[in-house]
Amino acid sequence: MLGLNTRDASLFVIVVILALTAPFLLNPFPAESSLAQFNAGYPDLMQRFAIYGIFAIGFNILFGLTGYLSFGHAAFLGVGSYAAVWMFKLLNYNILPAVILSVIVGGLFALLIGYISLRRSGIYFSILTLAFAQMSFALAYSVLTPITNGETGLQVYTDDPQYLQSADAPSIPHLFGVTMRSTQDIDFGAWSFSFNAGYYVCAVMMIVMFYLSIRIFRSPFGMMLRAIKTNQTRMNYTGLNPRPYTLAAFVISGMYAGLAGGLLAAMDPLAGAERMQWTASGEVVLMTILGGAGTLLGPVLGAGFIKYFENIFSKINENVLHQWFAFLPDGLEDFLVTILYPFVGKGWHLTLGLLFMLVVIFLPGGLMEGGQRIGRIFRKREKKPEVRAKDPEHHPKPSPHVA
Amino acid sequence: MGILEVTNVNKRFGGLQALSNVNLDIPAGTVHAIIGPNGAGKSTLLNCLVGKLIPDTGTVMFDGQSVLGRKPYEINQMGISRVFQTPEIFGDLSVMENMLIPCFAKRDGVFRMHSIESIANEHEIVERAEHMLEEVNMADKKDMIASSMSRGDKRRLEMAMCLVQEPKLLLLDEPTAGMARADTNNTIGLLKEIHEKRDITMVIIEHDMHVVFSLAKRITVLAQGSPLVEDLPENIKGHPKVKEAYLGEAA
Ligand SMILES: Nc1ncnc2c1ncn2[C@@H]1O[C@H](COP(=O)(O)OP(=O)(O)OP(=O)(O)O)[C@@H](O)[C@H]1O
Ligand SMILES: [Mg+2]
Repeated sequence: MLGLNTRDASLFVIVVILALTAPFLLNPFPAESSLAQFNAGYPDLMQRFAIYGIFAIGFNILFGLTGYLSFGHAAFLGVGSYAAVWMFKLLNYNILPAVILSVIVGGLFALLIGYISLRRSGIYFSILTLAFAQMSFALAYSVLTPITNGETGLQVYTDDPQYLQSADAPSIPHLFGVTMRSTQDIDFGAWSFSFNAGYYVCAVMMIVMFYLSIRIFRSPFGMMLRAIKTNQTRMNYTGLNPRPYTLAAFVISGMYAGLAGGLLAAMDPLAGAERMQWTASGEVVLMTILGGAGTLLGPVLGAGFIKYFENIFSKINENVLHQWFAFLPDGLEDFLVTILYPFVGKGWHLTLGLLFMLVVIFLPGGLMEGGQRIGRIFRKREKKPEVRAKDPEHHPKPSPHVA
Repeated sequence: MGILEVTNVNKRFGGLQALSNVNLDIPAGTVHAIIGPNGAGKSTLLNCLVGKLIPDTGTVMFDGQSVLGRKPYEINQMGISRVFQTPEIFGDLSVMENMLIPCFAKRDGVFRMHSIESIANEHEIVERAEHMLEEVNMADKKDMIASSMSRGDKRRLEMAMCLVQEPKLLLLDEPTAGMARADTNNTIGLLKEIHEKRDITMVIIEHDMHVVFSLAKRITVLAQGSPLVEDLPENIKGHPKVKEAYLGEAA
């Protein structure tokens, strides 16, 4: 199907179904219940899942395949946002030209930074990308104020030209008249689901980008990128120049980042320099590693995981904790709240950090490896019926694992 | 005029004269062996041929063109492939993928951006790779991860990767080191067959005299960076200078 083999095709179909039904899946708890705060199915957050999913999928094409660890990808996200807002200011609020320009600008910027940074590999490459991104951040904050509007951030003002804005078109971001903000709320018994135009734009983009990344992974080009990660010496002595391959991967991932930045601006027509900061670059590294670098689905999972933590875990404050443990005797309640409090609310970073450490130590392949291991345990159970049960006295040695 | 001409090549590493005044003229279609004690400069000489090192003086001409100053991948595209002393393969990739990469490099050159096509649709290339794997008796290992194989298998894979490119000149740096006797004999058979069928020029560095004498048409003996003698195999066997070079090392 679609030029994919059966395994990839089924993975793709699953992702499509998950993405399209996310408004249901992410709101499993009735709207009025005390668990409703764990619902993630509100437009703003769902958009972020999809957008950062795109960002991480693109990052994975560089890091997962070639092993070149960029610490500056937020720069491309940032320029993508700026490009989109400029299109809003100059043309109109239609997001299509804005997003197209974001991709182009992201790619060009990546070409420039990649061309220089890829002269080095390993830690030096990482440092170079980090330096470029921090430089872009600093410039956006200060010198480039005429383009970026400095600390205030770039936004659309009523006296902006908007040459193509017609009188009847909406004056917020839209796609051919459908505004990104328009949301249809559907109540279903005690449950409530929101269907948001912006989310579906992002979700469709993510699906397309996911499909593209599968094709890249399975292409000769993708194989070359993995070969670069493994042995550049052999690559050279096989008549292949690794540099254009890594540069192409860098530019592709820059375009993904540019697209993500453009979509962020399309959902909320603002662009600020902080989007380029090193913490933002670090975040996409975390997403990819947490989910599983080099796997197809991992980065999307990682992005979802981190954004969920950032938005849901961070909202659990002391009062909420007290509510949860209200059924316990007072002393015990206070004790539990005191213990748990540092891990939730503003302390969500602590939980995420611990989780990240656990994953890196015990599951170097990320959440995807975790999933595979669980899958393997189940498969083994099916294959091996209990031998010992027949013979309780005599314990045979477990047979050695045959890989 | 030979396909490979090395004239007056010198290479120093700090105070060590690794190569001094090396001259070689290897005619097309022959198998030439370079032997010599450890540290004689054999690998260094190969490094100068493939662009890994640049000689301090001298020229290296391949097929009428100088290779000096060219990048390793350019030299490979000219038609020189090399098997390394320690196998250089794509360890994380499957054996089949290891074979596919040189096939693509042969067809598409130094860089080509086919990022959307599926490998499975490149029938011609897949067939070529499979055929070569059969030739080296590795067809059953094609889905194995390359790094999980034995050292001998890695060597055979590397050789197959070089051969599938159909180079004009194949450089082999101790192709049978670390192989069991049976594997060594297989390799000799394979190289003989390849040489007869495809008419590839080969330069072999080898410590195993059994291999050298079964394959080589001519032999150069290198000692302390300079060529001692160059002659037919039968004349090398009892040559006093050669004995001296090897015994001198032992003493
Ligand atoms: N890159 C280098 N830098 C410094 N010295 C080197 C370098 N490469 C080789 N040498 C030295 O040059 C000499 C020749 O080394 P070379 O590897 O060419 O020997 P060889 O004939 O291949 O030996 P062997 O049979 O052990 O492979 C050795 O003394 C080695 O230590
Ligand atoms: Mg050597």
